[in-house]
Amino acid sequence: MTKPVLSVEALSALSARNGTYVLSDVSLTLQPGEVRGLVGESGAGKSTIAKAVLGILPSTIRIAGGWIRFEGDDLLTARPSVLRNLLGRDITLIPQDPQTALNPARRIGAQLTDGLRLKLGMNAASARARAFQLMDEVQIRDPARVFDSFPHQLSGGMRQRILIAQAFAPNPKLVIADEPTTALDVTVQKEILRLVRRMQEAHGTAVIFVTHDLGVVAKICDSVTLLYSGHVIEQGATADLIERPRHAYTRALIAAGPRYDRPGQGLQPVPERVFADLRKEIGQRETADV
Amino acid sequence: MTASDFLSRLLAALLTLFGVGVVIFCLLRVVPGDPIAMMISPSATPADITALRAHYGLDRSIFEQFVIWIGDVAQGDFGRSISLKRPVVELVGERLPASLELVFAALIFGVVSGGLIAVAGTLSRKTPVEPLLDLINGLFLAVPDFIWALALVLLFGVLWPVFPLSGRMDPSVSTDFATPFYLIESMIRLNLAVMLDILGHMAMPVLALGLPLASIIARTLKEALNEAMVQDYVLLGRLKGMSEMRLVLGEALRNAVGPTLSLTGVQFTFMIGGTVIVERIFSFPGIGSMAIDAVINRDLPLIQGIILAFGTLFIAINIIVDALSNRLNPRQTHG
Amino acid sequence: MADLSKTLNAILREPRAATSCCFLLLLVTLAIFAPALAPRDPLEQDLMLSALPPAWIDGAEPGFLLGTDDLGRDIFSRVIFGARIALIVAVAASFFAAAIGSALGLIAGWYGGWADRIISRLIDVWMAFPPVLLSVLLVAVLGSGLTSVIVAIAIIDWTRFARVVRAETQAQAGLDYVTSARAIGFPQGQILMREILPNVAPVIIALISLQMGISVIVEAILSFVGLSVSSDIATWGGMIASGRQLINESWWVLVFPLIALFLTVLAFNLLGAGLRRALDPVMRR
Repeated sequence: MTKPVLSVEALSALSARNGTYVLSDVSLTLQPGEVRGLVGESGAGKSTIAKAVLGILPSTIRIAGGWIRFEGDDLLTARPSVLRNLLGRDITLIPQDPQTALNPARRIGAQLTDGLRLKLGMNAASARARAFQLMDEVQIRDPARVFDSFPHQLSGGMRQRILIAQAFAPNPKLVIADEPTTALDVTVQKEILRLVRRMQEAHGTAVIFVTHDLGVVAKICDSVTLLYSGHVIEQGATADLIERPRHAYTRALIAAGPRYDRPGQGLQPVPERVFADLRKEIGQRETADV
Repeated sequence: MTASDFLSRLLAALLTLFGVGVVIFCLLRVVPGDPIAMMISPSATPADITALRAHYGLDRSIFEQFVIWIGDVAQGDFGRSISLKRPVVELVGERLPASLELVFAALIFGVVSGGLIAVAGTLSRKTPVEPLLDLINGLFLAVPDFIWALALVLLFGVLWPVFPLSGRMDPSVSTDFATPFYLIESMIRLNLAVMLDILGHMAMPVLALGLPLASIIARTLKEALNEAMVQDYVLLGRLKGMSEMRLVLGEALRNAVGPTLSLTGVQFTFMIGGTVIVERIFSFPGIGSMAIDAVINRDLPLIQGIILAFGTLFIAINIIVDALSNRLNPRQTHG
Repeated sequence: MADLSKTLNAILREPRAATSCCFLLLLVTLAIFAPALAPRDPLEQDLMLSALPPAWIDGAEPGFLLGTDDLGRDIFSRVIFGARIALIVAVAASFFAAAIGSALGLIAGWYGGWADRIISRLIDVWMAFPPVLLSVLLVAVLGSGLTSVIVAIAIIDWTRFARVVRAETQAQAGLDYVTSARAIGFPQGQILMREILPNVAPVIIALISLQMGISVIVEAILSFVGLSVSSDIATWGGMIASGRQLINESWWVLVFPLIALFLTVLAFNLLGAGLRRALDPVMRR
C-alpha cells in the first residue's frame, strides 16, 4: 500500500462557545489520486474537517485531540513557516461560493496569477502563460477576454471554472472542494462535477469533496465518509456503500435521494426512528469514550 | 457616467443653485436692520439716503430686485459689498483661496490619518489594540470642529505654545504674492520659510476641521475593511501566500473605498461649512470668517455672494464624488 | 409599556449608554434646580473677586469651586445655569426639527411622485447651505433670543430627519406587511400612521438624541458669536467666547464650559448610538 496523502487520526474538536463536541474521534485516510466524498447534513462536521486541514478553523472551534497528517507530517503541530509552504501549494481549496471567492475589484487575470507568482515564484510572463494553459484546461473558450474581465462580467459557472483552475494551478497533491456546486444552477452543476473529476485525473490529485448530496458522491467519488453530528457513521468505497449500506442511517439516506435509475422509488423522508437510534448510538459512543 | 447623465446632473445642480438663490434672496429681504442706516454718516440728509437706496436698488419691489439680481449674477456681477465698498467677486476671490487651501489641507489630513487608523485597526484585529483604537475613535466621533478648535486653543495656546493662534501668516512675512493661493505659491517657488510659516498658521484650523473627518473615515473604512476581510477571496488570498498587509491593502481596500468615498464627499461639504466658525476662532482670513462679519454688518450683496460660492462648491463636490465613485466601481465602468 | 421597559433594559445593559443616561439625568436635575443648587447668583459681578483660579490652585478664594471670570462671576454657578439654555434648546429644537422632517420624509417616501420630487429638491437646496452660516443668518433675520435659536435650528436640521425617514419609509413600503395591508384595503393615511410610522419611529428616536447633541453645539456657536440669547443670561457658548479672549490670563474661564459642552454632546451621541442598537427590531432578541 502506498503512503497516504492525508490521514486524519482520532480528530476531536470542541465548540468554544458551549463545550460540545463538533468532531469526535474522526479518522480517515486518503490515498494519492483518490476522490473522497465527505457527506453529511449541515452541522455534521464535514466543513469543520475541511477547515481543520486548511488551518482556517474559526476561533469558536478548538481542536481537542488527534492528528492531521499530510504525507506523514502532522499539520496541527507544524511550524507556521512549514504550513505556509504547504497550504496554497500542496493543499488548495475550491471554495463554495464563486460570488464571494473572487475579488470584485480585481481582474481575473491578476487573481489567477497571484498564486503562481507568490507560491511558485514565477515571473509575470510565465505566470500569464500558465494561466492561459489552465484556462484552456478548464475549457474556457475565450481566455483573452476572461483574463481581462472583472468577476461580475462572468457567469457563476465561469467563475467556478476560474476557481477550479486556480486550485489546480500549483499542481497540488490535495484539493479540498467545499461544496463547489451548491451555489450553482442545476444544469451547470453536472459540468462542474465532471470538470473537477477530469482535472483531478489529469493532475493525479487527491480530492476531498465536501457535500450533502449522496447523488454527487455517487457520480464522482471513489470513496465516501458519512458523518452525523461529528461522528463517522460509515465509510468505504462508494460502490460498496451505496450497494450494501451497513448502517440504517446510510440506508435511509439512500432511500431519501431521488433515484434516476429507478423512477418511482426514492424521496422517502428519513424516518424519525432512524434518527432516534442514531442519537442513542452516538450517546453510547460518547459515554464509552469517557 | 455618460455625457447625458452628466448634463442632467449639471441641470439639476443649476436648478438647486437657483433654489439657493431664491431662498437666500427672500430670507435677506426680511432682515431687520437697515444696511443703509449703518453706512451713512450722521450728517446725511434724507435726500442722501434716498439716493443711496436707489444706488443699491433697494427702492424697488422685491420681485424687481430679484430679477435684476439674478440677471446680474448670470453675467458674473454679484454687486458691491455695502460694508467694504468693493465688488463682491473681488472680495470672494481674495478670501476663497485661503479657505480652499485650508479645507483641502484638512481633507488630505483627514483622509490620510483616517485611512491609517482604519488600516491599523484592521491589521490589529483580535489584539487588545483594536478595542482601544475603537474606544478612542468612538470618543473622537462625538467631538465637532467647534470643540476641537477650542481644545486646540487650550492645548497649543496655553499648555504647549508652539503654533500661532491666529491669522494666515506672520505680518512680517512678505505679502508679495502673484496669486491668492499663498501656500501653493510658496511651495512652487520653494520659498521654505514662507511655506513653513503659512503651514504653522494653518496647523490648528486644519486639525480642528480634519480631526472629525478623520474619525468618521476611520470608522466607516474600518467597518468596510472588516466586512471585506471575511470574504472568501481574502481567505483564498491568504492561501495563495499573501501577507496580512497585502490582504488589507491589495485585496480588501479596493472594495472598501467605494462606500467610504461617498461618505467622505458628504463630510467634506460639512467640513467646508465648519470653516465659518473655525476660521473665526483662529481669525483666519478666509471666506468663512468674512461670512459672519457680513451677517453682522447686514451686508446683503456680500452674504448672497458668499452663500452662492458655498453652494456652488458643495454641488461641485457632490458631482465630482459621484463621478469618482462611478469610476471606482468596476461594475459601472465596464458593465 | 412592556416594550418600553424592554427598551430601557436594553439601554441600561450597555455601560456607555447607561452612563450617558445618568449624566443627562444629572444635568437635567442641575438645570431644573439651578437656583437652589448653584452656590451663587450667576450674574453677580464683583470686580474685587475677578479672575480667581479654581479651588485647587494657589490664590483661590473659598466658595468659588471653579474660579471666577474677568467680571468676578462664579464659573461653577454659570456652568450650572448654562445647562438650562443648552437643554431647553436641545429638547425644543430637536423636537421641532424631528416633527417637520419626519412629516415631510413620510410624505415623500410614501406618496412618491410630485410630493417626493418637490421635497427631495428642497432637501438638495437646503444641503447646499453651510449650516452654521445659515443658522447665524437666520438668527440675524429673526432677531436674537431663545425662540429664534430654536426656530433657526429646526429650520436648518429638519433635513437630517427628512432624508432618513424618507429612505426608511420607502424601504418599509416595499415590505410584504404593507402590501397585504393595502390588499385588504386600508386607507393610505391609516397604513402610514399605523403600519409604517411605528416601524420608522426607532430611527427617529435615535436621530433625536443625536440631534440634541448637534443643537447644543449650534446654540453654543451662536452664543459664541454673540447672536443667541441676551448676554445677561449665562450660556456655555457665551462663557467660551469670553474664555477665548482671556486664554492667556485665565484658562479656566474657557475650560469648564468647554468640558460641560463636550460631555453633554458626548452623552447625547452615545445615548443615540445605544438607542439605535436597542430599538433595532432585528438586533433585539
